[in-house]
Order: sequence, then structure tokens, then C-alpha cells
Amino acid sequence: MSGFLAGVCIAILPFVAAGFWLGRRTARPENLGGLGTPVEHATFETLHTASLAAPPLRAGLTEETARRSARRLRTLLGTDALCLTDETRVLVWDGVGSHHRAEIMERLAGPLESGRGEAFRLTCEHADCPVRWAVLAPLTVDDRVHGVLVACAPRESAVLVRAAGEVARWVSVQLELADLDQSRTKLIEAEIKALRAQISPHFVFNSLAVIASFVRTDPERARELLLEFADFTRYSFRRHGDFTTLADELHAIDHYLALVRARFGDRLAVTLQIAPEVLPVALPFLCLQPLVENAVKHGLEGKADQCHIQITAQDAGAEALVVIEDDGAGMDPVALRRILAGEVSPSGGIGLSNVDDRLRQVYGDDYGLVIETALGAGMKITARLPKYQPGVHSAARLTGGQGRAAS
Amino acid sequence: MNSAFAVPAVALVVVATVLVGAFGLRISRTTSDFYVASRTVGPRLNAAAISGEYLSAASFLGIAGLVLVQGPDMLWYPVGYTAGYLVLLLFVAAPLRRSGAYTLPDFAEARLGSQSSRRLAGAFVVGVGWLYLLPQLQGAGLTLTVLTGAPDSLGGLIVAVVVTAIVAAGGMRSITFVQAFQYWLKLTALLVPALFLVLAWQGDGAPRDAFGEPATFRDQRVVRVDDTLDLRLDRPLTVTVDGRVDGRPHRDAVLRLPVGTHHIERGTRLTFAEGTAVPVAERGSNGGMSTSLAAGREERPLYATYGLILATFLGTMGLPHVVVRFYTSPHGVAARRTTVAVLALIGAFYLLPPVYGALGRLYAPELALSGDADAAVLLLPDRVIGGLGGDLLGALVAGGAFAAFLSTASGLTMAVAGVLTQDVLPTRGVRHFRLGTGLAMAVPLAASPLVGGLPVADAVGLAFAVSASSFCPLLVLGIWWRRLTPPGAAAGMLVGGGSAFAAVAATMAGFPGTGGLHALLAWPALWSVPLGFLTMILVSLATPGRVPAGTAAILARFHLPEELRTEELRAAEAKA
Repeated sequence: MSGFLAGVCIAILPFVAAGFWLGRRTARPENLGGLGTPVEHATFETLHTASLAAPPLRAGLTEETARRSARRLRTLLGTDALCLTDETRVLVWDGVGSHHRAEIMERLAGPLESGRGEAFRLTCEHADCPVRWAVLAPLTVDDRVHGVLVACAPRESAVLVRAAGEVARWVSVQLELADLDQSRTKLIEAEIKALRAQISPHFVFNSLAVIASFVRTDPERARELLLEFADFTRYSFRRHGDFTTLADELHAIDHYLALVRARFGDRLAVTLQIAPEVLPVALPFLCLQPLVENAVKHGLEGKADQCHIQITAQDAGAEALVVIEDDGAGMDPVALRRILAGEVSPSGGIGLSNVDDRLRQVYGDDYGLVIETALGAGMKITARLPKYQPGVHSAARLTGGQGRAAS
Repeated sequence: MNSAFAVPAVALVVVATVLVGAFGLRISRTTSDFYVASRTVGPRLNAAAISGEYLSAASFLGIAGLVLVQGPDMLWYPVGYTAGYLVLLLFVAAPLRRSGAYTLPDFAEARLGSQSSRRLAGAFVVGVGWLYLLPQLQGAGLTLTVLTGAPDSLGGLIVAVVVTAIVAAGGMRSITFVQAFQYWLKLTALLVPALFLVLAWQGDGAPRDAFGEPATFRDQRVVRVDDTLDLRLDRPLTVTVDGRVDGRPHRDAVLRLPVGTHHIERGTRLTFAEGTAVPVAERGSNGGMSTSLAAGREERPLYATYGLILATFLGTMGLPHVVVRFYTSPHGVAARRTTVAVLALIGAFYLLPPVYGALGRLYAPELALSGDADAAVLLLPDRVIGGLGGDLLGALVAGGAFAAFLSTASGLTMAVAGVLTQDVLPTRGVRHFRLGTGLAMAVPLAASPLVGGLPVADAVGLAFAVSASSFCPLLVLGIWWRRLTPPGAAAGMLVGGGSAFAAVAATMAGFPGTGGLHALLAWPALWSVPLGFLTMILVSLATPGRVPAGTAAILARFHLPEELRTEELRAAEAKA
């Protein structure tokens, strides 16, 4: 009997889950209770429909986004047919009467040229065709017409003309926002490129100076350092792909540290504790090396004796946890917060805020850097890297110390 | 069985697991040498970890129990559990690794670019994980009962608490080392006693009639019936009874039971004389069901065998705790090499449980009657060797059994908790992972007393059937078929996996008890896997407009070796 009960419970489970999912999908604001008058209800309804139509349009005007938003827009207008076009073709036709596509396309030139809407009677040989009138309303972004919203109705209606115009204006705003999103992405891409290009002029200069100082006294050492330098620059000037693996990033950090050690000798001690499980994790290119550079800078700043840096990478379920800790001068948290907020530009190098920005850009705002510090108390930087993120793929195969092998 | 040795052995396994899990990394990897610190996990270590995580209570206890009760037909279980990796190797391992996915929901999202496919895959991961956790807890309960006579649910509770605590506290940081350690522990725990058992068997004159004819009692044996059962007799049976048989009470009376079915109440003691054939037992009608699958198997052996083969061959690739381990391989080729090594390691391991099953048929045939056949592995050392040696070997086996519960349960709990945290519970963070861990373990723990009685290997077989019907079509078509669409994948998973799930639920509920329909429901893979594939293909063909953009580039990434793919990928992207 108990077995039967359990079976019934298990059998019901998927249905409960499905019901829950359906409920969430179809939840509407009016379910919240009897709020307001019928007019207010209608307003809420309209606003809700509009808010549902907005997210797809925020990705720009394409066939896919048009398809996903058309039904909602048609609900908003309450017409029998709604069509979205770009400059050259019909992206989607939602509702009845799709045999009018060609006719609509012929009339498109007017609104595209003038940027003004128009309404006209459709010619149709079907006696029982449900749509007789079409209203064209242009979709403009930055004063340029990108497409047309077409609403079709059985008869002429001034209300529809007005409504179509308003909806088209609202869609245009969404498309403008999409445009903004796009420029923001481009900006960050440019920033990443800039970060890579200006990787560390100080560092390049210092390294060459150190290598030069060894050339006469210890040519073998100088040669080794030069190879380390070559490996590091090859990695940082790499052009293909925005992402790398944790293993490759750690190797780059190793080359970097070899050069820094040549400068500072025994003053710098580094320990590593790295879980092998997280080495294949893909992450934005050069986003840990600046953190180590920062740790070196802070660690050696204003300290005569040894500085200790610890680099830890832990396996934490679906994430890798990377911690970079130094016991150096630390930093005033208030000043740090202002740097991260972009209010003041950091004194030297590219610093933490750029890494923070890029991590947030790639993984979302939950994945910014976590920095624990105080004046004189060292600094501990924690980065969380998801093992999987859509669109994040390391470009190359894991290398097992290719640099050394080459030398 | 002497618990004075076994309980410390179990405790030792638990403590060693916790210590290796928490400190294995720290001891071996704190260094200032980058080339030591950033060495990736080699195929052999990773293979041992995968095997350690994979070999569960079903492998350690269940197979021997089934072989004991039902004979050599059950050898399909170890064959299927191993051959699943062959299918994984041929069709899935390398492309799955190259996809960059960590979990199965990740794969669904990477391939189909759709959040709803991701959620659906997540729901099935949770379902398969819970189905798979159930027998682990049951096996733990059984082991503890056999060792100490503790109540049935205590062992499951202990494993649940230990695993939840370890996982929630983040104690599985160096999970590769723990699981590799568990593999070697399990292998040792079965291999060493098996050697001694075989030697004892040789010393006993190597009797060979284990499978030739019905098992017989080799000496006078008293059997206590723990669950009411029906005995089906092909020939008359003389037995000494203390208790109720066919509704009539007896007190140490010698009965001669005629041919036919006899009802024996729980608590009855039967004393069999030497040389008596072991009668065939059917579970009584009071909610027990440990032989319900067996009944279906007896009626339609061919159908049941093919159902089992299909479920185990195709189900392995969809096991959530196995899939995540492939992420540790640095690239696709390493993933393939790892799978080959897994085949070798698991193949070696699975030679052992049938040995226990065969010896159990010789030396402990009454286990088939008392309903504790799964305990055969635990009891044999004591039964065959006895004395201090038997106790020590028994303790070793008990420790190995707990290693099996711990490693599989912790891997599954982590996988299920990960999905619950990421895709079900609202916000992220460490606290929520703990909440997810609790939830991942609480549900099977609460369900385990309700569905007790199914043999562990059969219960695991049901989890395989659901996995084979939902994830196998998704992975195989996702990797090898360009025209797969998100609606097709969702429909296929729902129809294939959902129907398998419903069949499993019906079987667990004991509906319907016998007949052709029962066989269909108890071994669903044979119809639900083709159903899943067919639905996925047909719905995908019906929605050609929904083929995800960039499919060509995605498939190129799945199939091209990593060294080549930068240029090729760019070409494919340009084409798309």
C-alpha cells in the first residue's frame, strides 16, 4: 500500500511541476486581486502586454524578434492582422490575410521615404477577405526609418490609425534602446581590445631593462628571461578569441612572475594551490594577470622585507573560485570603491575596475570581483568563474607548458 | 555477523572520505612551482574518479543479490553497466567535452540556445538523480541492518546526513582524488575477500552445481521469514515449521507441503534439512514488491533482457554525476582516453560481483527466501570462511559497501543540488547551494521508506531507463543531427522521459501486479527510448524554422579537434 502511495506521489510530481510552470507562464497581474476600476484594469492589461512585447524587441529588429513580439503587439492593437517589415521584406505576418504581403511591400516605399504613416484600402479579389484596410506606421531610429508596422482591419478607422502610430512610436523607442545596447557592447569590446593592446607599457619597459642588466653578467639567465618575455607577449598579443582557459592564464601569470622575480629577487614569494578540476574552465582573456600584477604592486609597495602572494583556485560545484591574496600595503576601502565605480581613474596601469567590468559583462552582475582590504592589512581578491556560460568558449586547446618546451 | 569489526571499518571509510575530500588538495598541491600546480588531471586518474563515482550500491551489492536469486540471466546487468561506456565513448564523450558544457542542462543550452530546454533538462536531472539516490539509501539501510541489526532506515539516514554535511560544507573540494580513492577502495574491498572465498571454495572441493540445477541447502539451515511470502513448489517439500503456514499455526512441526503455492506469514521460522532444494519465493500481497520485476522477467524473459540491455547501454550517458566528471578532462581526446580507461577499470570490477552471486547460491541460498539477497556480499565471508578471518574480511566488504554509498550519493547530491541551485531556487550564493543540498537529499530520504523492497539493482535499472529515454535522444541527436530544434528536443524529452518516468512510478506502485502490461511498465526502455527518439525527430522536422541560428558553428566546435578549430570555426561562422 505504501508503495502504491509512493508511486502515486511520483506520478503526480511531473504534473504538479508542469502546472506550476504553466501557472508561472500565464500569470497575469489581475490574478493579484481585484485592483481598481475596469478602466484601471484595462490600463494594467495594456501596460502588461506592452511589457511582454518589449524584451524581444530589445534585441533589435530581426525575423526572430519580430516573430516573438508580433502576437503581443497585435493584442495591444486589437486588430485582425499585424505585420512587421524591415526596409526590404516582411519579417512576420501575424493573423489573417497574409496574401496581402506583396501589396503591402509595394506600398512600403512611401513611408520609408517620407517617414510618415499612411492608411489605404487594400484591393482584394476574395469576396470574403477579412481585411480591407491597412495602416502603415514607420519605425524610426535616429530619424532613419528601419521598418514599418502594418495593422490591417476590416474597415477604415481613425482610432486604429492613431493607435498604430502610438504603438509604432513605442516600438521605435525599444529599437532605439536596442541600438544603445549594441553600442554599449561595442564599447566594451573596444575596451577589452584597448586593455589587451596597452597590456602593460611599464611592465614591458621594466622587463627589458632587467633583461639588459643580465646580458653581460649572466647571458644564460638573460636568454631565459627573454624567452619568458616572448611567451608572455605572445600570449597577450594573441588575436584569436576573447577567451582562454584557466591553465593558459596561469601559465601566462607564471611567465609574468618570472620576469618580476628577476627584478625583485627573493623579496617576492608566491604559493599556489590549484584544484586540477578547474584548469579547463574558460574565462575572459587576461583577467587574472592584472589581479596578480596588482597584488605584486601592492605587496612590494612601501615594504622593505618579503612580500607573500597566494594564488588559489578551488572547485566549487558549477563554479571555480579564484583567490589572489597579498600581505602588502592594502588600500583604503573608500578609495577603492570610488575607483571601481569609475569616479576616479586609477593611478597606474589598467587595474581592477576593468577586470571587474569585463567579468560583469561576460557573466552578469553577480560575478563581479569581491575585494577585501584595509590600509596595512593586505588585499584579498576573489573572482567566481562559472564553469559554463553560453558563448564562453576557450579558443585554443590546453597547453602543457608549451613555452618551456620551445626553449 | 560480528559488528565489532564492521562498525569501525565503516567509520574509518567515512573519516577517510572526509579527510581526503577536505585536505587531499592542500597536501598535494600547495607549491610555488607552476608546472606542478597546474598539471591537468590525467585520463587514468580521471577514469578512476569516474569509476569511483559510478560504482554504486547496485554494483557492489545488487548484482550479486540478483545473480544469487535468479541465476546467470542477471549477468546482463554488469555487462550493461559496463557497455554503457562503450556507447558513451563512441558517440558522446569527446563532443560533449568540446561543447564546454559542465552539466546536462548546460549541454541543452549550449546546443539549442533555449532556456526552456535547459529547464526541462534540469528537471530530468533532478528526477533521475532522485531515482538513483533512492537505492543508495536503501542499500545503506540494508547494510547497517545486516551488520548491527539496527532498524532499516537508520543506515540510509546516516549516509544522507554524512553526505549532506560533506557536500554542504564544501568538503568535496578535491573530488577527483576522493572518488579515485573510493574506486580503489571498492575494488580492494571486493577483490581481497573474493580471493579468499575462491580459495575456500577450492578447499571445499570446488562444487560446480551453482547454476546447473535449483540451489540446494548444503547443510541444515534455519530461515526466518521477515516478509510474508508465497512459496511456489514444483515438488513436495519437507520442512520444520515454527509459525503460520497457509493460515494455520504450527509449533516446531515437521510438515510435508504438497506441490502448489503456500502462504507463509512473516516471523515464521523454517528449518530445511540438508540437500533440500531451495523453493522459489514470491513476495506476499502486503505491499512488498521486491520480486515484482522478477515476475515480469519470468513471464517474458526475452523482452525483459532487451529492455535491460537498452536501458543500461543508453542510460549511462545521461547520468548527471558521470557527465560532470568529463569536464575535468582538458580536451576532447583526453575525454575519449578517459572513457577507454573507465571501460577497463569498470570491466575489471564487474568480474567480481558475479563471483559472489555464484558462491552465494552455493553457500547462502536461503537469502533468496528471507528477502535479503542484496546482503549476500556482506554475509558470505562470515558464512564461508568464518572465525576472525571471516570477520575481518566481512569488515572490509562492509567498508567497501559504505564507500559505494558515499561516493555515488555525494556525486549525485552535488549534481542534483547544483541544478536545484542554478535553475530552480530563486537566487544564487553559497547559502542557496546548502539549501539545494538539503533538498536534494531530503526528497529521496523521505521517499525511501515508502518504496522499500525493490532490489537495489532493479531500482537503479529504472533510473537508467528514465535517463536512456530522455537524455540519450537529446545527446545523440544533439551531437549528430543538424536539424534538431528546441521544440523537438523538449517534446522528445517529455514524451520519452516522461513516459518512462510514469512507467517507473507505476511499477513502484505495484500496478498492475502481473501480465504483459506489467512487463511493459517494468522494462520501459524498449519502447520509451524509440518513442523519445521518434518524437524528437518528428517534432524537429515539423518545426524546421526553429533550428537554432549558428548550428553549423556549434556542431563544428563539437566535432573538430581543438587544435584545428579556430580557423574552421571562423569559416563555419562566416557561412552561418
